[in-house]
Amino acid sequence: MGHLNPNPVLDPTEDKTMILNMGPQHPSTHGVLRLLLEIDGETIVRMMPDIGFLHTGIEKTCEAKFYQQVVPLTDRIDYLCPMVNNLCYVMAVEKLLGLEIPPRAQWMRVMLAELQRISSHLVWLGTHAMDIGAMSVFLYCFREREDLLRIYEMVSGQRMMTSYFRIGGLALDPPLGFFEKVKKFLDTFPEKVDEYENLLTGNRIFIDRLKNVARINAEDALAIGLTGPSLRASGVDFDIRRDMPYCGYENFKFKVPVSKDGDVWARYVCRVEELRQSREIAKQALEGMPSGPTKAEAPKVVLPDREKMKTQMEALIYHFKIVTEGFAVPQGEVYHAIESPRGEMGYYVVSDGTAKPMRVHMRSPSYANLQALPQMCEGRLIADVVAAIGSIDIVLGEIDR
Amino acid sequence: MPLAPAITDLEQLKDRATVADLLAWNAGAVQSARFDRDELTIFIARESIREAIARLKTQGLTDFLSDLTCADFYPREPRFEMAYHLLSMKRKDRVRLKVRLSGDDPTLESITAVWPSANFFEREVFDLFGIRFLGHPYLRRIMMPEDWEGHPLRKDYPVEGYR
Repeated sequence: MGHLNPNPVLDPTEDKTMILNMGPQHPSTHGVLRLLLEIDGETIVRMMPDIGFLHTGIEKTCEAKFYQQVVPLTDRIDYLCPMVNNLCYVMAVEKLLGLEIPPRAQWMRVMLAELQRISSHLVWLGTHAMDIGAMSVFLYCFREREDLLRIYEMVSGQRMMTSYFRIGGLALDPPLGFFEKVKKFLDTFPEKVDEYENLLTGNRIFIDRLKNVARINAEDALAIGLTGPSLRASGVDFDIRRDMPYCGYENFKFKVPVSKDGDVWARYVCRVEELRQSREIAKQALEGMPSGPTKAEAPKVVLPDREKMKTQMEALIYHFKIVTEGFAVPQGEVYHAIESPRGEMGYYVVSDGTAKPMRVHMRSPSYANLQALPQMCEGRLIADVVAAIGSIDIVLGEIDR
Repeated sequence: MPLAPAITDLEQLKDRATVADLLAWNAGAVQSARFDRDELTIFIARESIREAIARLKTQGLTDFLSDLTCADFYPREPRFEMAYHLLSMKRKDRVRLKVRLSGDDPTLESITAVWPSANFFEREVFDLFGIRFLGHPYLRRIMMPEDWEGHPLRKDYPVEGYR
């Protein structure tokens, strides 16, 4: 919550510009983002994002929790794709511990992460279209998202704050009938994407509002820290899933959509194509799902199965130890980055050898992407700001943490 | 995969492109290096951090600033360790540059001139750790309210805050 009274850049004696306050309670800012716009008529001379309204001090809270207790906190950072956050954190801690994860858990993680990408992009598509004025797409997108939320509920008991990925594997093996449900969703999904595209991609009004708006070229985008689909829309062909694979992504075949234009339209096209590609990955994961355990063989770190805990003394002791004292993690530091729906999400975890992390830092993609917003909007009209905010797909929970 | 022991000998890490380049540029600025858990860390002298990052950029060894943050090792001195995570999309490699900062003078040069994306990250570190970046264009609080006292992520700041 920074600059409350910005100084106008243009000479105020000339009485040319005025300061307009957009947000924090504005429907198109996708959360509590406050933008200070210095405007000359309808044209934006300068823009300053003001953030921090949702700051809850998650990074500080993490330092007071055991390693396994941090997992539910990570859900709340980017609440549109909680499992991707879980994945990034647990992989960072697994790297610190040197744990090996069984293939079934890895494939489940990939499948669910891709489903999360779909549901996150669906929220983006719905709200972005609604900002532009296409109301019905929103309802369609949320219809499909509801199916996905039911799938998450089936597997973790929660619709949104799933905490399904745990350090060393998964919380539970998926229930009966789960894979059929995922299959049913994946089989029908491509038609649904066609449906959205029918409504938007050829829509004259939509195209006119998006094309050539909020342009950013590759060089500027890299300098300002843009990542993910927004960066790929500017012509930089880089996807962590493909180029620096983690969690077994090297076993999957998929295309990385890239566009050269760098405008809002290009970002729209890239994300819609990602919807289809994520479905491809999830389908491959579903078809090749290996059998076997979903938890690593590490009794001191991974909670024992419920059944074992009730029947075996040793398992009971481990369970008691992990829950009451946590587990010590060898000293060291890691930075683990994965491709979240919004871009590069990185967790920097420092361990001092105790059961609580010494420092957990989240490199949230929205935080860096928001920095690009002034560059995209300055010199353009106020109406374009709404399109630009939608196109970088920010989540304020992740920005403020 | 059991953990391999960390390599802390600078001699053994000389063949790494980033280490070799920084040593060739200014061997005095490179304090030490460590290769642990598949991640390369290079400790840089405080005065040279901006130039080191600029050097890696102009040499084409890194083309993206992923992250910039800090950790507080209170009560040890020097207590702060700044961490710069740099990425090379071309070489598909990451490198972490670190700078140690003492508690009584936590200042260092801003790298916003090299990487404009450091702007928000440095403001966050300033806000939550109280580290001052010289040459930053707009070094003000970003997360906490303007009139907040103290820097919450410091280890001597209580988790529940001051009451």
